[in-house]
Amino acid sequence: MNITLSITKNIHNWLFSIMPEGVASITEMVLIAVVYLAIFAVAGLYLVLLERKVAAWFQLRIGPNRVGWWGLLQTMADALKLVSKELTGTVKADKFLYNLAPYFVIVSALMALAVFPFTQEFQAFDINIGVLFLMAISSIGVVGILVGGWSSNNKFALIGAMRSGVQTISYELSVGLSLLTMVLISGSLQLSEIVEVQKNGWLIVQGHIPAIIAFMIYMIAGTAETNRAPFDLVEAESELGAGFHTEYSGMKFAYFFLAEFINMFIVAAIATTVFFGAWLEPAWLTSFGIAEAFPAIGVVWFLGKTLTIVFLMMWFRWTFPRLRIDQLLTLEWKYLLPLNLLNLVLMALIVWLNLTIQF
Amino acid sequence: MSYFGDIAKGIKTLLTGMSVTGKYFLTSRKGAITQQYPDNRETLKMFERFRGEVVMPHDESNEHRCTGCQKCEIACPNGTIEIIWDRQVDPATGKKKKMIDQHIYHLGMCTMCGLCIEACPTDAIVWAQNFENSVYDRSYLTKVLNQPGSKVKAGIED
Repeated sequence: MNITLSITKNIHNWLFSIMPEGVASITEMVLIAVVYLAIFAVAGLYLVLLERKVAAWFQLRIGPNRVGWWGLLQTMADALKLVSKELTGTVKADKFLYNLAPYFVIVSALMALAVFPFTQEFQAFDINIGVLFLMAISSIGVVGILVGGWSSNNKFALIGAMRSGVQTISYELSVGLSLLTMVLISGSLQLSEIVEVQKNGWLIVQGHIPAIIAFMIYMIAGTAETNRAPFDLVEAESELGAGFHTEYSGMKFAYFFLAEFINMFIVAAIATTVFFGAWLEPAWLTSFGIAEAFPAIGVVWFLGKTLTIVFLMMWFRWTFPRLRIDQLLTLEWKYLLPLNLLNLVLMALIVWLNLTIQF
Repeated sequence: MSYFGDIAKGIKTLLTGMSVTGKYFLTSRKGAITQQYPDNRETLKMFERFRGEVVMPHDESNEHRCTGCQKCEIACPNGTIEIIWDRQVDPATGKKKKMIDQHIYHLGMCTMCGLCIEACPTDAIVWAQNFENSVYDRSYLTKVLNQPGSKVKAGIED
């Protein structure tokens, strides 16, 4: 556990003073997990609200503005309603898998959050294969989607789930390769190390041309990974009802919905960490010494950058029309993948010839 | 190399689309088209082409323009309009003349097709822009369009 802010240190010491070491560390892990759960359940709800507001503004509407000031409690009320709803299901559904699927999706989404360096000392789990861990976890989510679509015993759900499988497996490759391009320049998979490297300039600046190409590919593939428009043929409303979660209701539906938004946050957070220097402030601000005075301000920078990228993804969603399945696969296998491989070689050359830009 | 040309063209068209929506996003505060209906009930004005219900305008001396020709009644595809009329002696000329007693309009049956208004040769009936038409009893939806004691405006038939 890497949280060493003074308040957590006090709790840490107090826990270890009143109980044996093993019990104390388990208690500590549970506490941290609960804190993360609470924060990100609420954050996910507010991302839904943000999406609705941003969508409204793109379409010259006003958006939710009735519940609470400026509609701020709208999604809370929605969640409350979903909790109180009956959990329906189909008669011939595979009950065990049907009930299991939402947890797959939400747990894999929440697990990925553990490794992000929100600020220097606010990182729950700093493993040395951070990027690999993120890649691995984010591909578990698709298992939940496939299981959910299969066990619903509904053709729409099944088609949606299969499309999701095709899409995620294809685009996983692009996400992986574009991150690998950045790993070439950072020289480490550990997220805190990657941030450390960026103290000499964000990686998107350090790696200039190939880094920008990698970022573009990452954004395209990341949007596809989260099953959002223009790659939302998984839950294409006009064709498939609601896609893989057609048969889900109440809180199980809410899990899928929340997981989608947390996944969006995760994709943006990975981009922030790998391309935009995570919690580091912009280089021209370092001379003011704000970061030294208040180390916690890194959270603001991290969230600011992440939300900017989230906004970019929302901008995509409310601008571009949905791709057909063959266009989707053409884009990945004929364009993104070869470009990505070329880009990887280019980045390797640049790192080898020492052509990176460093401050 | 149409391969790279395609990529460049793709990126360019995507950016064009994003700039369009981006402009909408930036002007959304001023240009919002949403009407916050129950709040702006006092000021909300429906546009001219809106088809609320059929009304018969009366001028200040309680005169309408309906001659009772029944063209609207015939034009109506589902019997929404019923005209009760008789022949009365016109006090001005002393001749017997067709006059409406009641111009009955069943709002509950009306499909807002507008054929009656097109058919009317004297523009006696027009569209109103009101839309709060819900009532607690179906019988309220049957309306008599001409006001009690009203008469046809002189010179309409000519």
